[in-house]
Amino acid sequence: MFTIREYVKVSSLEEAYELNQKKANVVFGGGVWLRLGRKNIQTAIDLSGLGLDEITEDEKEFSVGCMVSLRQLETHKGIDAYTKGAVKESLRHIVGVQMRNCATVGGSIYGRFGFSDILCCLLGLDCDVELYKQGRMSLADFAKMKKDNDILVRVIIKKTPLETVYLSQRNTETDFPVVSCAVTKDAEGYYAVIGARPCQPVVVRDSEGILAKAEVTAEDMAAFASKVQNSMDFADNTRCSGAYRRHVAGVLVKRGLKQLMGGDK
Amino acid sequence: MMQITLKLNGKNVTAEVAPDMALLDFVRDHGCYSVKRGCETSNCGLCTVLMDGKPVLSCSTLAARADGHEVVTMEGCQAEAEEFGAFLADQGAEQCGYCSPGFIMNVLAMCKEMDDPTDDEIREYLSGNLCRCSGYEGQLRAIHAYLDYKKGAK
Repeated sequence: MFTIREYVKVSSLEEAYELNQKKANVVFGGGVWLRLGRKNIQTAIDLSGLGLDEITEDEKEFSVGCMVSLRQLETHKGIDAYTKGAVKESLRHIVGVQMRNCATVGGSIYGRFGFSDILCCLLGLDCDVELYKQGRMSLADFAKMKKDNDILVRVIIKKTPLETVYLSQRNTETDFPVVSCAVTKDAEGYYAVIGARPCQPVVVRDSEGILAKAEVTAEDMAAFASKVQNSMDFADNTRCSGAYRRHVAGVLVKRGLKQLMGGDK
Repeated sequence: MMQITLKLNGKNVTAEVAPDMALLDFVRDHGCYSVKRGCETSNCGLCTVLMDGKPVLSCSTLAARADGHEVVTMEGCQAEAEEFGAFLADQGAEQCGYCSPGFIMNVLAMCKEMDDPTDDEIREYLSGNLCRCSGYEGQLRAIHAYLDYKKGAK
């Protein structure tokens, strides 16, 4: 369990940013993951008074404030309709409703955790993040960045025409995934995102056009799945071996492709 | 120490708390002993309370975060809790009873959120409430019986 010496509910992002420049200070999202550690926090920075707990929508995008809970994201009708259930699928297996009411989108994305279902799923969509100082950048670039002391203000889900399915494999329901997978078809073709390797998600695009055919066969899907499996490292941890993860990743990619192509619900 | 003010079971409460005090400890310090300490890793659901009507884990929520909000424990919805508790008892759906307060709070939250949940929706909503005695089937029967009773009462 962490300790906190001071708790500040900030009145502006500038105040939060200034406080966050000290290494011992921490932006406090839901605190669900933090509490499993033993960090000695000098100042917990609370953003809950800044109105960042809302999802707004216009014709181009959804804007998800960093203090939006995972449950709010899961139950948002517009996002559910746009993603055809993919975002909901990536969230509904995470522990329970009560935990998802506590955990925030900002905490989940800022942490760039390898096990994060929602990070993997959002990489399968066309998303940006907005940082207080660095401004807007793609989620894919943000995921690769080293952690710094900027503030993640919101996540933007762009309404780019694409289709995504999300799948995961867990040893037991509500546990962390042993492999997470998003498979997407956009204007440029297909790509897959594999997370919980157990490291950060990796995006693999069908740059060779293996699936760029009018009639995609099972062999084509297997060839793309094989490419995905061989494009990244998989490691062992207490949940399973890297070899198992590699195998499951291939299975999930094939299932995802079948779902996208309408052959497997 | 810092000062917080919240509404706990309908009453305004102002108190000095440590910045890292869990809401679980706060409500127990204020006499709400229905709220149980379980896994403390956000998994078991024993410590479920309602914050602004939504079920949250009080072991994972800071008391400081509850400042300005409304918190309800089972002590604050005793009549409803007893009503559903009778259905649990009818189905023999509890043994040690340790998980019951958190479970009941989450069932009451679910019933406010969903009118006519399916078995899958019930299982999913309650997947964050662990019970090591019942095997869950009795609880599922109790929920269906309770929902039928509520529909009849409308």
